[in-house]
Amino acid sequence: MFDFGIITGWIHTQLTSVMSDQLAIFLECVIVGVLLLLVYVIVAIIMIYMERKVCAAFQCRLGPTRVGPWGSLQVFCDVFKMLTKEIITVRHSDKFLYNLAPFIVILASVMAFACIPMSRGLEILDFNVGVFFFMAASSIGIVGILLAGWSSNSKFSLIGAMRSGAQMISYELSVGLSILTIVVLTDTMQFSEIVMRQADGWFIFKGHIPAVISFIIYLIAANAEVNRGPFDLPEAESELTAGYHTEYSGMHFGLFYVAEFVNLFIVSSIAATIFLGGWMPLHIPGLDGFNAAMDWIPGFVWYFAKAFFVVWLLMWIKWTFPRLRIDQILTLEWKYLVPIGLANLLLMVIVVVFKLHF
Amino acid sequence: MEPSAVWSDAGDGMFRVPVSSFRTLAEKLRNEEGFDFLRSLTGMDWGEEGLGCVYHLENTVTGENVVLSTADADRDNARVPSVHDLWKGANFNEREAYDFFGIRFVGHPDLRRLFLRDDWKGHPFRKDYDMSLNPLNMENEGNEDEAPSYEMTPDGGYILRRHPLFEDQEYVINIGPQHPATHGVLRFRVSLEGETIKKIDVHSGYIHRGIEKLCESLTYPQTLALTDRLDYLGAMQNRHALCACIEKAMGLEVSDRIKCIRTIMDELQRIDSHLLFIACLSQDMGALEVFFLGFRDREKVLDILEQTTGGRLIQTYNTIGGVQADIHPDFVKKTKEFIRYMRPKMREYQEIFTDNVIVRKRLTGTGILSREDAISFGATGGSGRASGWACDVRKRHPYAMYDKVDFEEITFTSGDCFDRYMVRVKEIEQSLNIIEQLIDNIPEGEWQMKVKPVIKLPEGSWYTAVEGSRGEFGVFIESRGDKFPYRVKFRSTGLPLVSCIDTISRNAKIADLIAIGGTLDYVVPDIDR
Repeated sequence: MFDFGIITGWIHTQLTSVMSDQLAIFLECVIVGVLLLLVYVIVAIIMIYMERKVCAAFQCRLGPTRVGPWGSLQVFCDVFKMLTKEIITVRHSDKFLYNLAPFIVILASVMAFACIPMSRGLEILDFNVGVFFFMAASSIGIVGILLAGWSSNSKFSLIGAMRSGAQMISYELSVGLSILTIVVLTDTMQFSEIVMRQADGWFIFKGHIPAVISFIIYLIAANAEVNRGPFDLPEAESELTAGYHTEYSGMHFGLFYVAEFVNLFIVSSIAATIFLGGWMPLHIPGLDGFNAAMDWIPGFVWYFAKAFFVVWLLMWIKWTFPRLRIDQILTLEWKYLVPIGLANLLLMVIVVVFKLHF
Repeated sequence: MEPSAVWSDAGDGMFRVPVSSFRTLAEKLRNEEGFDFLRSLTGMDWGEEGLGCVYHLENTVTGENVVLSTADADRDNARVPSVHDLWKGANFNEREAYDFFGIRFVGHPDLRRLFLRDDWKGHPFRKDYDMSLNPLNMENEGNEDEAPSYEMTPDGGYILRRHPLFEDQEYVINIGPQHPATHGVLRFRVSLEGETIKKIDVHSGYIHRGIEKLCESLTYPQTLALTDRLDYLGAMQNRHALCACIEKAMGLEVSDRIKCIRTIMDELQRIDSHLLFIACLSQDMGALEVFFLGFRDREKVLDILEQTTGGRLIQTYNTIGGVQADIHPDFVKKTKEFIRYMRPKMREYQEIFTDNVIVRKRLTGTGILSREDAISFGATGGSGRASGWACDVRKRHPYAMYDKVDFEEITFTSGDCFDRYMVRVKEIEQSLNIIEQLIDNIPEGEWQMKVKPVIKLPEGSWYTAVEGSRGEFGVFIESRGDKFPYRVKFRSTGLPLVSCIDTISRNAKIADLIAIGGTLDYVVPDIDR
């Protein structure tokens, strides 16, 4: 398995040989930050293109075909269109908060994105409470959405914001519980470590029954967490026109839009990381030849393949299922997912204590 | 009957009741004789005889029909007692009559204009209306926040009272006029408490074109062009109703071939409309896949219709005494192919939408319209049948070939959104059955009867109804022996559906309102005629 740490280490030694340590670290931070944003944007573009093609396939359509081969340049055109659009300010809105809100959402999304290990040695934020930091960073997004709804001075936006507040705070519980189930299994909260421990089998196989249950709970709750159908109530277009971002235009709307898609990617890659082994290739204990062959496929290919597989699962659900109602969403969370999640956590503890896992 | 009522024989005939004894007679008919369904309420301007209304009543148990009319000769101060408490559907119809004729309905709780702007001057459907009173108004329209009502005083005068619509502290949001789920330009002012709906105030008229008034200056063949623009998903049936009404007035019996073609076309149109209903409902509920399935299958119907009529949305096919053109040589073949194609596809809708747990949870038990309310509001069509009211005009007053084909009238009992949805799904199958029975046996004959180029109807008034895609679509024509109609009224299928939305949406959630609106299946150009 190729370790990107070799490259990063080499760059670090080269830099420190010509400049002071502080300057080198500062320079590295800038480079990493720029690369992070670049990857973020590329992922967003791929996601938007994928969404259009996947939903078109589910709806017996072709999707974009005219701009570029298979419509591949369509998203770039859309980005440029959005950049040229006027940013409208609504009268009597709270100007400061109104302009701040999209940046909070995108900030939370970028911070969460930085937590995910993409390949061996390709971790940006990686420390012993990484899971905890990820949960905290991604939660900041709710603040942005609430602010957007509150400061827009629009009744539709406000209802959308209230819905998202109720929904996202509730579902965070289930996301946390299902991740915690895996943390119990691994006894670490560091993402790179979580991936390393899956070298002899992914957690969804190693943790068998409780892991599968928490994987399903995680998929449902994460889908709700990123406001995607059937949980897209905060922006239910047939009810609230566009929910919390009704009054936003131009790139301000673009930031919400991009954040929504990358958030979908982030929750999918977290699912891939903690349940499906992240960048770790498929290893079956005992089959050494097979394992060696799998190792030839680079880690980031594994990672992106798994992440986009989960993205595809969630898109399938979104384009097929109708939207839930607000009371049904809260009932589902508080009456079903949370109790099941808690019982499942207990089950996992029993499994770990009595060493019933593989 | 009331001794003061005078039977007038022209056309279908009607009882002319003096305005003083109208209310007692209406109460007697409603409470003792069981006339519980107000089919149509038509405002009239009879010139010297004054302003008044024509009421078409039906007893839903015995199927008896009666037509009443009443008029107040005082044109400046015309007053007719309101019957909104006897038939709930009269509420909006009386508001419409007030809007267009200036008839004050004494006792009506909310006598605002229904279609026109609140600052409109005069009442445009009156024969003495001055067009120059209302130049094009570029000002924004204010909101009337008070509902006026007129109450009788013992000395024969009346007092005007005003009732506030919403309290100061209520959270009122506008759903519409530009909103994805109102299916056109319709506006609900919704008072909310959290997500729960407290009250809905319906505002319509954003696309009112005055088609009924336009018809008064057109010859009979010219009026036909406008009916397709009412309920555009029932273009065939609308025009069928108008043609049938004029044919009835002329005493013209059309050939079996024409009847058969009209029946098949009506049913194809119904399938088209119901497929669009499923598509739009699923889109309103956020299931975007089914939306495209509905459109995919609807396309096949439109192709068949296009081949014969040349139109897809606006068909302009029926004519007085026939149809525009004979069916296309491929029509029979293609229609049979479509039936073979469509039957298995119903299974697909079942699997992907009907059996979906979220669909069931959201539709079952929401927006319950009781049978009594459905009859009282006059909510016909699929919405009425979902409430257990067998209101299908095809069975009640068979026309065209419907008495010769074998089909089942789909009724459900609970009247919730899910039943309203299921009625439409099952009706697609029934429509396929009807077409299947007729398609192989289209009789030979002429497709256009000999009709004089200038049609004059004798004096009198006629009412004909057909089962439109979403309920009873009726046409009322009053003629004074001219080549122009004196008054044409289209019984809207959508207006009763919209008038009951406040009743059935109270204490529901916003998302339920969308589902209720979707399953009631109104079409806005049909409400705003």
